[in-house]
Amino acid sequence: MYAFIARRLLATLPVLLIVAVLVFLMLRLTPGDPAAILAGDAANPEQIAQIRESLGLNESIVAQFGIWAGHLLTGDLGESFYFKMKVVELIGQRLEPTLALATLTILIAVLVAVPLGVIAAWRFGGWFDRCLMGFSVLGFSIPVFVLAYVLIWLVSLKLGWLPVQGYQRLEGGFWPFLRHLILPAITLSVIYIALIARVTRASVLEALGEDYIRTARAKGLPEWKVLVKHALANAAVPVATVIGIGIALLIGGVVVTESVYAIPGLGRLTVDAVLARDFPTIQGVILLFSFVYVFVNLLVDLSYVFFDPRIRY
Amino acid sequence: MAEQTPDAKQFAALSTESAAVVRRQSAWQRVRANWSVRIGGTAMLLLLAIAVLAPVLGTVDPTLFDAASRDLLPGKQGEIVDLDGETLRHTFIMGSDSFGRDIYSRVIYGTRVSLIVGIASALLALSFGICLGLSSGYLRWLDGPLMRVMDGLMSIPGILIAIALLAAWRASLLTVIVAIAIPEIPRVTRLVRSLVLTIREEPYVEAAVSLGTPAWKIMFGHILPNTAAPLVVQATYICAAGILVEAILSFLGVGLPPDIPTWGNIMAEGRVQFNEYPHNVFFPGIFLAVTVLAVNILGDGLRDTLDPKMAKRV
Repeated sequence: MYAFIARRLLATLPVLLIVAVLVFLMLRLTPGDPAAILAGDAANPEQIAQIRESLGLNESIVAQFGIWAGHLLTGDLGESFYFKMKVVELIGQRLEPTLALATLTILIAVLVAVPLGVIAAWRFGGWFDRCLMGFSVLGFSIPVFVLAYVLIWLVSLKLGWLPVQGYQRLEGGFWPFLRHLILPAITLSVIYIALIARVTRASVLEALGEDYIRTARAKGLPEWKVLVKHALANAAVPVATVIGIGIALLIGGVVVTESVYAIPGLGRLTVDAVLARDFPTIQGVILLFSFVYVFVNLLVDLSYVFFDPRIRY
Repeated sequence: MAEQTPDAKQFAALSTESAAVVRRQSAWQRVRANWSVRIGGTAMLLLLAIAVLAPVLGTVDPTLFDAASRDLLPGKQGEIVDLDGETLRHTFIMGSDSFGRDIYSRVIYGTRVSLIVGIASALLALSFGICLGLSSGYLRWLDGPLMRVMDGLMSIPGILIAIALLAAWRASLLTVIVAIAIPEIPRVTRLVRSLVLTIREEPYVEAAVSLGTPAWKIMFGHILPNTAAPLVVQATYICAAGILVEAILSFLGVGLPPDIPTWGNIMAEGRVQFNEYPHNVFFPGIFLAVTVLAVNILGDGLRDTLDPKMAKRV
């Protein structure tokens, strides 16, 4: 088991390296002087010269990558000239809202989508199943910001139940924190629900065709026990996988949702950084998001052991 | 989706004679008989017609504005000055924005941008993916390195790649299309590669190899035609994603310049006064959602009819 974890961790290293190279190249392939681009519009010539010196821009491209990766390994993502602080600190400040939003979204999505998928598979071909499949196509198609505005209009403006926009830090109390977060999380969870429900339905449906289900029913188990303990338990691996893959959708959605709801998180930071052409911040955020994505999927891989004891590493 | 069981039931209900007829249908007939394809395809044709016929659908030039007609509600009459300086009476079916531009005309012209971006990014991703996937599946020494790069590319959420590339390049129609296509390339490459790995074991490929057919001829003449069905399905999905991402990029302000009427741009301008005039956001939003829905439904229908193996997988 530990040997497997070690091997699996080692296997992610090349992927992370390639991600780093791609993010590094993104800027170098830009027309113009990287130092001037990194410094942004607000920098003076001395600062640009200083950046050129610290990045070793007069060296070969391989040496430049070495210097950049060296900084990266020591946790130095460079300095944002637009926000006038270290990128690492900047990310630290914006971490809480995004983390809170993502956690609540995943929670809502899993708690809603898995039961829906199981029921749809149980009543395969019935009206519930058809409705859920229709909803899932709709969920994939409705753009997250369109949905966001429909919900703001309906829930906040017409009904007045929840605040329109903004974010309350957790230390200001749990209830205001949750009230501001609930609408963005629902918005963001819709596409995720569509995805997870679809896969849950398909894999439960497959499990329901197996012999052990017939055996379980034959020995007189109550139907819910058959569904949860036999069908769902055996369908858990694909569901866990799709939750991991869906993190990419979630990250894309975070960028949009935080912009619409004016949440000062990492997604909002990405957009602000791009509009200001603040490259150190853009690189930092992309690296962080990609590493999180790779790491979550690593965890999902490891979770297979828990969901399916037959799998041994 | 796995609709096999109802299909099988219908199948069994048919007499053996008509079942044989069903089996003899060509792929094209099966596609045409599928309701998802019919609905999605009709909607797409309608949208294409709207895009082509935009100038004659009661629109004015989408860049025209008139300070006297600012913030009109949908259906209100107003005036607008055309490019020759003449003042026209005009009914603002979908209202007007804070510059006094006609939302209806902008939404209708926005259809052009969305369809161009969606179709072009799908074609671009497809052509790169096909070349890379064929090379990776057929030239074994290239497979390892190329697929590792694709793994890396797939680990970066697609929308972030597009956003970062546009920050570097300055947005234009071409750069937006390329930025949307690049994150989709690994998916196509993987698909083509896996198809090639299956197909290259087929007897007709072996026969071609033993006859001394050059590698490129085998790739494009024997293998590629047999990957067509899954690729058509994949292209449809990329097209839907492309339309969506273009709107998101415009909405965030990193996509096409604001003077080009795209659905995302109209919504980005409308969001400022969303509380008072929600229709500025809703009309382009509805067009966007319906378009993406139509393309996705079309894709589902094509998948069910052309690529039943994939229908089973998802």
